[in-house]
Amino acid sequence: MSRGHHDVGGLPDAGAIEQSEHQLSDWEILADAVNQALGARGIKRTDEMRRAREEMDSETYRDMTYYERWIASIETILIEKKILTKDEIDRRLAEFEKEWGEP
Amino acid sequence: MSDTPAEAHGHEHPKHELSHYAKRIYAIRDLLLEKGVLTEKDIQCQVEYQEARSPANGSRLVARSWVDPAFKARLIAEPKAACAEMGIDATAINEFVVLENTETVRHMVVCTLCSCYPRPILGRPPDWYKSFNYRQRAVVDPRGVMREFGLNLADDVEVRVHDSTADIRYLVLPLRPKGTEGRGEVELAKLVTRDSMIGVMDALSAVPE
Amino acid sequence: MGRAVSSPAGKFKLGDRVTVKFEDRPGHIRTPWYIRGKTGWIERIHGDFLNPESLAYGRDGLPKRTLYLVAFNQADVWGRSAGPSDKVLVDIYEHWLDPAR
Repeated sequence: MSRGHHDVGGLPDAGAIEQSEHQLSDWEILADAVNQALGARGIKRTDEMRRAREEMDSETYRDMTYYERWIASIETILIEKKILTKDEIDRRLAEFEKEWGEP
Repeated sequence: MSDTPAEAHGHEHPKHELSHYAKRIYAIRDLLLEKGVLTEKDIQCQVEYQEARSPANGSRLVARSWVDPAFKARLIAEPKAACAEMGIDATAINEFVVLENTETVRHMVVCTLCSCYPRPILGRPPDWYKSFNYRQRAVVDPRGVMREFGLNLADDVEVRVHDSTADIRYLVLPLRPKGTEGRGEVELAKLVTRDSMIGVMDALSAVPE
Repeated sequence: MGRAVSSPAGKFKLGDRVTVKFEDRPGHIRTPWYIRGKTGWIERIHGDFLNPESLAYGRDGLPKRTLYLVAFNQADVWGRSAGPSDKVLVDIYEHWLDPAR
């Protein structure tokens, strides 16, 4: 066991604080709302989401953006609780991608 | 499978250009609705709840505290009740603590483990609050962080950094700037920035032009 | 600071000196690495809360644990401090604290 990748207090080599902010995209607002709605319905707890993030692969964790990590955690927890399966999500996404057109 | 009103609020990207996980939330949402795990209303309610929350709520609390010492005392002793007095719904916070800055003490708040923040009062945290750099540095170099935000403190000021690791949510009550005697609450609230309620800077001494 | 909430189960009082356990245990832990093994004092008693280490795995979080605000001198945590009276304060559950020797 060692220090989790999320447990960053006091780690060296941190740079200046980048103070610019970005306006949230639709998908980020949706991720936020779905997360909160699942909590409000008692389907998952914040503690479970945090744990899912902590269990992510460390490289993936550092490379993902904030809301991408949330979405990955939501998926992990929903699959763990057998509410959705990865297959279902993959298939629905493939259908959407057909609709949206490929770049 | 059509876009909900929730999607009209944000910055629009053509969906096929989104990253893998960004796209995935649409599939997840769709399936949750289809299976009746969530309703459209559930999601829309959360979008609206979040939109109603902004630092303006916190600024009002601080400005009232500056002009009304009895309110300040209530805010520090029973923060959720004081919020309710001002029509601010802080019920989603499990436990809420207000940290009062003085001439000799400044507080700063961070969540090194993730990004816990008093969202029901202040809305979403700024990107920098969630950044690795802030989470790494705040506990070990708070004065360096404050300097980046324009706050230089003398050595005899005590800096107290709170790492909010549990269900307690912290709000900094910044010091009232000198020379603001006689100003009304609405004017004073404009001096209270979000960043001053996180504690990386003091309140403004004048409203920026 | 230092409001005491009544917590009949809590074993520490305001001002008690405590040392954070230096443990490396698996699971969802809310005691940051940098504070493990450090000694500070009880600044505030927050009350009893469900245990996040259990909640994180879908369990009920019982029995509740007493949560404390523990204050540390910066110099004691990092070996240095920019301001001589600077402090870092962390919310820590009772089962992570021992009385300081």
